[in-house]
Amino acid sequence: MREELLSLIEKNSRIDLKELAILLGKDEIDVVNEISKLEAEGIICGYHTLINWEKTSIEKVNALIEVKVTPQRGQGFDKIAERIYNYPEVRAVYLISGGYDLLVILEEKSLREIANFVSDKLSTLDSVLSTATHFVLKKYKDHGTIFDKKKNDEREVITP
Amino acid sequence: MTKPLSKLVEEIKPSGIRKFFDIVSEMKDAISLGVGEPDFDTPWHIRDEGIYALEKGKTFYTSNAGLKELREEICKYLKRTQNIEYNPLSEVIITVGGSEAIDIGLRAVINPGDEVIIPQPAYVSYEPCALLAGAKPVIIDLKAENEFRLTAEELENAITDKTKVLILPFPNNPTGAIMEREDLEKIAKVVIKHDIYVMSDEIYSELTYKDKHISIASIEGMQERTILINGFSKAYAMTGWRLGYACGPQKIIKQMTKIHQFAIMCAPTTSQYAAVEALKNGDDDVKEMRNAYNQRRRFLLNAFKEMNLECFEPYGAFYVFPCIREFGMTSEEFATRFLEEEKVAAVPGNAFGNSGEGYLRISYAYSLDNLKIAMERLKRFVEKLRNKS
Repeated sequence: MREELLSLIEKNSRIDLKELAILLGKDEIDVVNEISKLEAEGIICGYHTLINWEKTSIEKVNALIEVKVTPQRGQGFDKIAERIYNYPEVRAVYLISGGYDLLVILEEKSLREIANFVSDKLSTLDSVLSTATHFVLKKYKDHGTIFDKKKNDEREVITP
Repeated sequence: MTKPLSKLVEEIKPSGIRKFFDIVSEMKDAISLGVGEPDFDTPWHIRDEGIYALEKGKTFYTSNAGLKELREEICKYLKRTQNIEYNPLSEVIITVGGSEAIDIGLRAVINPGDEVIIPQPAYVSYEPCALLAGAKPVIIDLKAENEFRLTAEELENAITDKTKVLILPFPNNPTGAIMEREDLEKIAKVVIKHDIYVMSDEIYSELTYKDKHISIASIEGMQERTILINGFSKAYAMTGWRLGYACGPQKIIKQMTKIHQFAIMCAPTTSQYAAVEALKNGDDDVKEMRNAYNQRRRFLLNAFKEMNLECFEPYGAFYVFPCIREFGMTSEEFATRFLEEEKVAAVPGNAFGNSGEGYLRISYAYSLDNLKIAMERLKRFVEKLRNKS
């Protein structure tokens, strides 16, 4: 049940337990236990909400920053990654194969704040060799969800 | 013009579904539970392959039997899922949907007066196709107490010395019934004893919720007498692409190919290229859709249980077939009132044969949100009917 449970709540974390149990064909108590286990094991890490901020009047600017770093002896990339991800404005940090090392995703209120973060905080770190900042202009799809997707049922209403 | 039209065609009754369709289309904002096709879009990588084929200018006829590459992929698929071996060059034909395969398959084997056994409730085209081929349809009324499976005894009783073909439509539309290995083995014995053909319509084979589907062609002694029909509509959500296929003994496929060649020429080329991609890389999509259907199936069965509506547990396709006899109405009366009073459309069971009378086909090729609203309305409707009596 684990995989099916996870993929259900990944799409809808607000689904109620009774319904979840029905969809999975399991007893509610077993589902509750499984979820507790998944939380304890750190497999379920949170229950977030996917928001299309562009539709609100609140300003948010997102940037993807490619960062080249010098790995540190004995600690590889982990130590430098930690120094970066501890900033709350950093939304995500991934270690990447290929042309650069770390991909840092940043969310701020304005372009200026992102520029400040890169020049004051990120570039000044000893192990950071270089950065390349890309601003997000528009989000079409996030977390597997296509924004602004409205689709009517185009099927004939009754078919054999 | 006063000259009469074809008597054979004129005598065929129009589909019972059509009548109901006309009522539903008149009504605005009705929720429909009446479709026989998936609600999912065709997975993007499959559509993309169709687009690519068009871009590359693959806009010509294929060979009559269909793209060789597609026939080979079909053979690989049947080998890995059913462990049956077919020769892609002589034992497979690509058709315009499973429907064409039903039509030309029957026409290829029927002589005037031959009998075709059709277990019902079943998909609406077997009977007219049999009639058009010049056969006499012999109906077996399947029973709810057998979970609408075909039993060897029922088959034995329907066979005469004129019987030519048994149509085996499982997983079944409209009941959702399946046939498991032991059921099929018993049927196979009777079929072999009386030396008849089987047309096994397995279009819903990927949508089973118990064990994996088993084809009767995989049972010993059956491949040589079975026309296996399948297609891409249900498994890969490709209804509009119109693509199916038939596999069977070379001597039958050869005759089918003749009819296909003169009546159709070949199945749509774009669709055939897309289908190659579906068979090569579509397993995960099928699994995902199957999981979603299964969740909805559980949801509906639970909803019926909560409103005390009698329904056997179906393990296939995307239909449930609840019994509405307790309300003392015909299926049509029930479906019409349900539509008028609660604005939900479900197909009356008798549209699929007399033995569907007293039942309702509810399709779960709809989002859960849709099904939730529909079940609230069904509950209200059922309670209203019960309180009156």
